Amino acid sequence: MARVVVDVMLKPEILDPQGQAVNRALPRLGFDGVVDVRQGKRFEVELEGPADEAALARVREMAERLLANTVIEEYRVRVEA
Amino acid sequence: MPARIGVVTFPGTQDDADALRAVRVAGAEPVSLWHRDADLHGVDAIVLPGGFSYGDYLRCGAIARFSPVMESVIAAAHEGMPVLGICNGFQVLCESHLLPGALIRNDGMLFVNRDVRLTVEAADTAWTGGYKAGQEIVIPIKNGEGKFTADERTLDELEATGRVVARYLDNPNGSARAIAGVANAAGNVVGLMPHPEHAIDELTGPYPGPATDGLPFFTSVLQRLIDSELVNA
Amino acid sequence: MSEHTYQADTVERAEASPETEQPYEALGVKDDEYARIREILGRRPTSSELAMYSVMWSEHCSYKSSKVHLRQFGERAPEVDFLLVGPGENAGVVDVGEDLAVTFKIESHNHPSYVEPYQGAATGVGGIVRDILTMGARPIAVLDPLRFGPADAADTHRVLPGVVRGIGGYGNSLGLPNIGGEVVFDACYSGNPLVNALSVGVLKKSEIKLAKADGPGNHVVLFGARTGGDGIGGASVLASATFDADKPSKRPSVQVGDPFMEKVLIECCLEIYAEDLVTGIQDLGAAGLSCATTELAAAGTGGMDVKLDLAPLRDATLVPEEILMSESQERMMAVVTPENLPRFFEICEKWDVISTVIGTVTDTGRLRMTWHGETIVDVDPRTLAHQGPVYERPYHRPDWQDALQADAPDAARLARPAGGEQLRATVLRMVASPNLADKTWVLEQYDHRVRGNTVLAHGEDSGMIRLSEESGLGIALSTDGNGRYTKLDPYTGAQLALAEAYRNVAATGATPLAVTDCLNFGSPEDPEVMWQFAEACRGLTDACQILGTPVTGGNVSFYNQTGSEAIHPTPVVGVLGVIDDVARRTRSAFETEGEVLLLVGETLDEFGGSEWAHVVHEHLGGLPPKLDLERERQLGEILVAGSRDGMLSAAHDLSDGGLIQALAESCMRGGKGARVVLPGELDPFVELFSESAGRAVVAVPRSEEKRFTDMCVFRNVPVARIGVVDGDTLEVQGQFEIPLAELREAWTGTFPKLFG
Repeated sequence: MARVVVDVMLKPEILDPQGQAVNRALPRLGFDGVVDVRQGKRFEVELEGPADEAALARVREMAERLLANTVIEEYRVRVEA
Repeated sequence: MPARIGVVTFPGTQDDADALRAVRVAGAEPVSLWHRDADLHGVDAIVLPGGFSYGDYLRCGAIARFSPVMESVIAAAHEGMPVLGICNGFQVLCESHLLPGALIRNDGMLFVNRDVRLTVEAADTAWTGGYKAGQEIVIPIKNGEGKFTADERTLDELEATGRVVARYLDNPNGSARAIAGVANAAGNVVGLMPHPEHAIDELTGPYPGPATDGLPFFTSVLQRLIDSELVNA
Repeated sequence: MSEHTYQADTVERAEASPETEQPYEALGVKDDEYARIREILGRRPTSSELAMYSVMWSEHCSYKSSKVHLRQFGERAPEVDFLLVGPGENAGVVDVGEDLAVTFKIESHNHPSYVEPYQGAATGVGGIVRDILTMGARPIAVLDPLRFGPADAADTHRVLPGVVRGIGGYGNSLGLPNIGGEVVFDACYSGNPLVNALSVGVLKKSEIKLAKADGPGNHVVLFGARTGGDGIGGASVLASATFDADKPSKRPSVQVGDPFMEKVLIECCLEIYAEDLVTGIQDLGAAGLSCATTELAAAGTGGMDVKLDLAPLRDATLVPEEILMSESQERMMAVVTPENLPRFFEICEKWDVISTVIGTVTDTGRLRMTWHGETIVDVDPRTLAHQGPVYERPYHRPDWQDALQADAPDAARLARPAGGEQLRATVLRMVASPNLADKTWVLEQYDHRVRGNTVLAHGEDSGMIRLSEESGLGIALSTDGNGRYTKLDPYTGAQLALAEAYRNVAATGATPLAVTDCLNFGSPEDPEVMWQFAEACRGLTDACQILGTPVTGGNVSFYNQTGSEAIHPTPVVGVLGVIDDVARRTRSAFETEGEVLLLVGETLDEFGGSEWAHVVHEHLGGLPPKLDLERERQLGEILVAGSRDGMLSAAHDLSDGGLIQALAESCMRGGKGARVVLPGELDPFVELFSESAGRAVVAVPRSEEKRFTDMCVFRNVPVARIGVVDGDTLEVQGQFEIPLAELREAWTGTFPKLFG
């Protein structure tokens, strides 16, 4: 068993209303010094077998086709130790 | 002098105009309250209306909960002032820990706007005195994150202490035990996912009806205020 | 970093380097257009100026191909006394009485919705709502006419759910009830869905706002969202031509909407309007700052100085050309006097809306922009806003038009069902077909109740909104369009779209007043498409004259095609009506047993472009239904009078799917059956499925039957008793009987099966 994490974030150039709303709220709660907040999604994919190159390629395909909308989002695939 | 009922507007609140109208139709004086203003302007009861406060971007109600007005609402609620949270307002009350549980994404994953049948289970709260326990009513829901959830112990406790205010007859969103609304232990704070303010008028209420089943939520609190002489003459 | 190293292409540099090659073609500017820009300026444009001309002279902003045809909407408009603002402003405004005015407009967001369905549809709603807000009105409702490829196509399953979620996600978060629209499927929209959005707003008659920058010395304020690199794919050509520092390699072509920002912007603007703090206002839509500054300046005193580097940015690497072309959403520009500015800022601060003075109104007749002190734009704003190119595109009737019209769906060409069994099976098949099936799966994702004034919404002939709780004054809106009819005959097809929307409004008891249209067509460079467009405009203008409903504004969407294959020409027409008391609205539901069903209007054997030919035979040919606009007007008056005099219990217009579809819908909506006796000598199939125009089915109490039929006879409109409301089956006597439960199962099953 291996766990692969896929982080999906809006591409940096795409407006992130969620992150902005949180960013605007933070100073009101007394958290100063924050320049920007971006909100994303994290998927934890549990695999039957090891997280070898072939498995990671499959997870990347998952991310490409389903987990992320690559028109506006980018994703990162990593193995959780 | 009629009772004054406040309706809070957060940035992103949508149903404040509807709640103000419902208060007026019920016979009370509607008072607009602004999220940044901690002054409750002498109101006798408060409605937190539906909408998408702060875009509902982080979690529904999560940011609104920290607004100045909520500090006063929370304090007043602890002292017994009737507070009704509708939809997003219910979510704010849960985030504020005035009510137990949380509202999460619907089972169907989609926003659902539908007239639903409910049974009023608790007719002894500040907002439901005008109903009979077990009465069946029709009120619209409109939410994407309206599935009530809480741990089993909390649910058991809510049931045992008569704090389940309303239950869906055809659970539209997968809510735990089909719960549509709950109350705090004192019965002055009620959270409700369906929208009684959208069912107060033959012209705009549910079709084919009944169209005005929501109005007693607002007349009930008025009666309660009169009964308990909370209204200063 | 680029802020320091970026060397702007200044007016001074442009004057000094006339020979510099400019990438105008990549921006869509034609050779002769570029030559004209140089002629106007007396020098080469700076890259910022080129950016502005390229967007302002684009088809989308300048209507250069359509202008010569759109003119007739104004020039040959019917004489009316209720039109306060006509075509050309952000939206038309109509006087509805009681010192109230209503503004409404429809727009398209077709291509963005194909690329990214959720955001495309969401920002489509956002854009049209800002147009309404800009007129000084509170937006009070939206309607969304939608068209997709085949319902079972894989791409439709990508596009439709996203579009619907986007409309709901944005519109619901704005607190605007969604009260109508259409969902239509046809193979011609594969790869080119039509996502149109209509918004309507209400304002006091005396408080209309116009987009003009008056009064030298007044401030030009940019407020709302920060400017990002949204929708400026084209501008990168300029950036790289003038400057090659490292910056985000790709600018997003997708605009992301922030409905929360728009909601606070709406409330903020309404508070600003209530205190009368602006002398002019413009929203930032297509062509963003370029459009807002030039249109405000061109319509006002004539000049404006702008310090472009003061615009608040989301992305600090943006260069002036990009800032000018950015289509970032949820931004507005206001002209504010110095006395009003402090209060203006206070209200913005109350709503957490960023507002920045970026310029001043001048009387120089020039729009001048600087970037960190250097002049990068110096133009006559009217040359951008009003003096763009105008094309008389060549057009001709397609060679295939005759053959298409000759291919009539008569009985010899297409097999028709005969006998009760076949008719029954056809009814069930038709009500379950995607275009006629129940759309609850879609509509439940929209909030139609918010604001508490929705009297009628989806499932009724038109949406209806109460404007005044005291008097009951209200408005009704319907949108309609039929691409198949318009393909068969663009002139009549466009008129049929108008006639249907007109009829739908009248069926609810409201008097139709005015029109907005979204003209969705293929490429204007194709003479055959251009002919379709010209015919549709001529047809609409003629029909508007007869019906007395002027076009108040709208939108043209060209280039709706995949390769050389254009969509069916699809004019979508929105009709606004007014009703003095919403309490007398007419529903489409049969609610009361024993009431009499009357068919108003004449039925002919008309199946060209019909839903039946489409569903059963996948056939498109012949001519669309004939249209008698004078009779259409009479029918409208009958339906309104029937409502006013309390004769009508229900009314439902006959259109797609014919009489039987209308009967089925009214039965299911009211939960009551009907016993129908077909009146005429026509084949029962024709009586049930023909799509002849100018018809409605009504339910009247027995006591009103004579009065109502007398009224029809007096107005020379055919009327026939066709049955009674009764039981829980839909029965056509002598033919078939279908229990409502079975009908409902067929009708409601389709969408959940397809998309659930």
